[in-house]
Amino acid sequence: MNALAVLRAEWTKFRTAPGMAWLLVGVAVATAGLSAWASGVSGGAVPDPVRVSLTGVMFGQAVVAIVAVLPVGDEYASGMVRVSFAAVPRRWAVLGAKALVVGGAVAVAAVPGVLVSLWAGQRWLSGYAGGLWRPGVGALLYLVLVGLLSVGVAAVLRNSAAAIGAVLGLLFAFPLMALSVPDPDWRRHIEQVGPMSAGMSVLATRGLDELPIAPWRGLGVLAAWALGFLLVGVLLTERRDS
Amino acid sequence: MNLLRAEWTKLRTVRGWVVALFLAGVAIVGIGVAPGLSGNCHPPQCALPTGPGGEEVTDVYSWVHRPLSGDGSVTVRVAAFGGNRGPGGEGLVPWAKAGLMVRAGTQRGASYAAVMVTGAHGVRMQHDFTHDRAGSAAATVPRWLRITRTGGAVTGEESDDGVTWRTVATVRPARLPSTVEVGMFVTSPQFSASDTESFGRTGVSGGPSEATASFDSVAPAGGWSEAGGSFTVTGSGDVAPAVSGPNGLGTSLTQTLVGTFLGLVFVVVVAALCVTAEYRHGTVRTTFLAEPRRLRVLAAKALVVGAAAFVLGTAAAVAVVTLGAASLRGNGVYVNAVPALVAVRLVVGTGGLLAVCAVLALALGTLLRRSATAVTAALLTMVLPYLLAVAVLPLDAARWLLRLTPAAGFAVQQSALEYDVVDNLYTPSAGYFPLPPWGGFAVLLGWTALASVGAAYRLTRSDA
Repeated sequence: MNALAVLRAEWTKFRTAPGMAWLLVGVAVATAGLSAWASGVSGGAVPDPVRVSLTGVMFGQAVVAIVAVLPVGDEYASGMVRVSFAAVPRRWAVLGAKALVVGGAVAVAAVPGVLVSLWAGQRWLSGYAGGLWRPGVGALLYLVLVGLLSVGVAAVLRNSAAAIGAVLGLLFAFPLMALSVPDPDWRRHIEQVGPMSAGMSVLATRGLDELPIAPWRGLGVLAAWALGFLLVGVLLTERRDS
Repeated sequence: MNLLRAEWTKLRTVRGWVVALFLAGVAIVGIGVAPGLSGNCHPPQCALPTGPGGEEVTDVYSWVHRPLSGDGSVTVRVAAFGGNRGPGGEGLVPWAKAGLMVRAGTQRGASYAAVMVTGAHGVRMQHDFTHDRAGSAAATVPRWLRITRTGGAVTGEESDDGVTWRTVATVRPARLPSTVEVGMFVTSPQFSASDTESFGRTGVSGGPSEATASFDSVAPAGGWSEAGGSFTVTGSGDVAPAVSGPNGLGTSLTQTLVGTFLGLVFVVVVAALCVTAEYRHGTVRTTFLAEPRRLRVLAAKALVVGAAAFVLGTAAAVAVVTLGAASLRGNGVYVNAVPALVAVRLVVGTGGLLAVCAVLALALGTLLRRSATAVTAALLTMVLPYLLAVAVLPLDAARWLLRLTPAAGFAVQQSALEYDVVDNLYTPSAGYFPLPPWGGFAVLLGWTALASVGAAYRLTRSDA
């Protein structure tokens, strides 16, 4: 099969999976809903209004993780993965196609979520001005990268439940640990390497000097995690029996 | 009984699950020893003193004092009382204190009783750090104060004019030797205020404050020799229980238990798989054929996975609270001491937290029948509200979130105590939950009960 056919096959599997459309709607609703609520209750003056208005990304990413884990995990669970690999012996191409489909779908689903978030922020928060491109596009890319990371983790663990646990653990563990470490240097280092704590710095618009890591570099850290897990996933998939 | 054994066999024979549960324990213990890593605090230099009740206390003040043998009393007029909150901040902090104190000795943490005027809390009679009685609410100076020691009892009185006296309270401090120290003291606590300069963490400004009081008309009575004239005393510090928070010292036991969250991930995954794996492989039909009363199957699963999680969490927490804290102290990290009962609550609470979350995940797995959504729902409702509360939301919204969501259950791990007599930022990010420990746990139980009812409904109504 050529590359386009592999991609189309994955797209067909993705869009016909039960509940997938609802999950994608969930990405947008979760992102927009929590964002709007955070903007509403924060009301008035907050230090970084744009970032507060994008709080919902924290919720949206969890739904993204489900969306991204299922295409891999379900195929292993049902054993259909052997059929896929029989049809396309270049296993890396199958995983690559899955990553592309997931990334594209998440990007499309995230757009309304992010737009509504920014709109709600503008509506309820004061001092909301200028420079919306980096946080807006950053939020979109952040969600896509979390999707790619989840595809990679799922390829490594081959089980939806374990993969989703690992993804959420990986995302939330670093900020939680940073909160409990008294030493400021250690806290900063933890925030610099954590995929969520570093990646979310792309949403900041104020106090950039105080961030543990610069906005785009932070997103780069998340990209490195995603790429790393995808590579390990591909390597293991090529080596292991399916 | 057979049902329980069947479910236990299913749990222990899946190698991945056993490994995951084992890793949960490793995660809790491993992270428990890591935070703080090493410090340069070696007791006794930076250990806090403990009061008569065993709690950690702050005991820093200035005073003019002399010994008093047997019974006796001292009367004084507080002529003036003023202070500041660091450079640029005029005025007394609310818990600035000036008055008369009787104490067992000059060592830190000694038993005492004191009657005082305060910055904004009127006249007070306090003893042994944690006990506080209110006198008249107006704290106008000049004001007369008298303290009388009669055997083991100490009486505080106040007066507007030095003629008509009102008793504030008579208290019995834990230990008063026959010869005590008595005198005029002044102190003014650390103050802190939240500011919102940096996103992501509640910024805190604050620092030491200072107070100065003038005492005159000192009139000793009883066995105390004549003193006279007036004294002006300036002090900074506090005579009160120690609190953690912005001005806290060292690491709290709660912080060493942060690994609970990672443990939770493993436990929740296993608990959800317990039921979703049966649906996926179709073995659930065999199970229900063997035991047609489906609710009993669900109960047996809940009991088995809950018990396993409880034992695991408790054992891991014991290791963290004992070995972990000891190794941190050995590295020179100061770990706040907690009363034994609180330590027991932390340990049992951690086990309970894991157990209830496991049952929650099991119920969600039964309800949703998909492991990915069940795991996400269980983890997200536990973790996301907590993160939002400590890092993003304004205080009011944060408190409501930690009252209403399953994340309220983390309150059971709170080791810091809240005291009315100490001003502090009692915020979630400083380790203070809006609900009492078991109250928060009850909220988590409520959600779990709700999910279980939903699970029971779906289990009995839907095809397997």
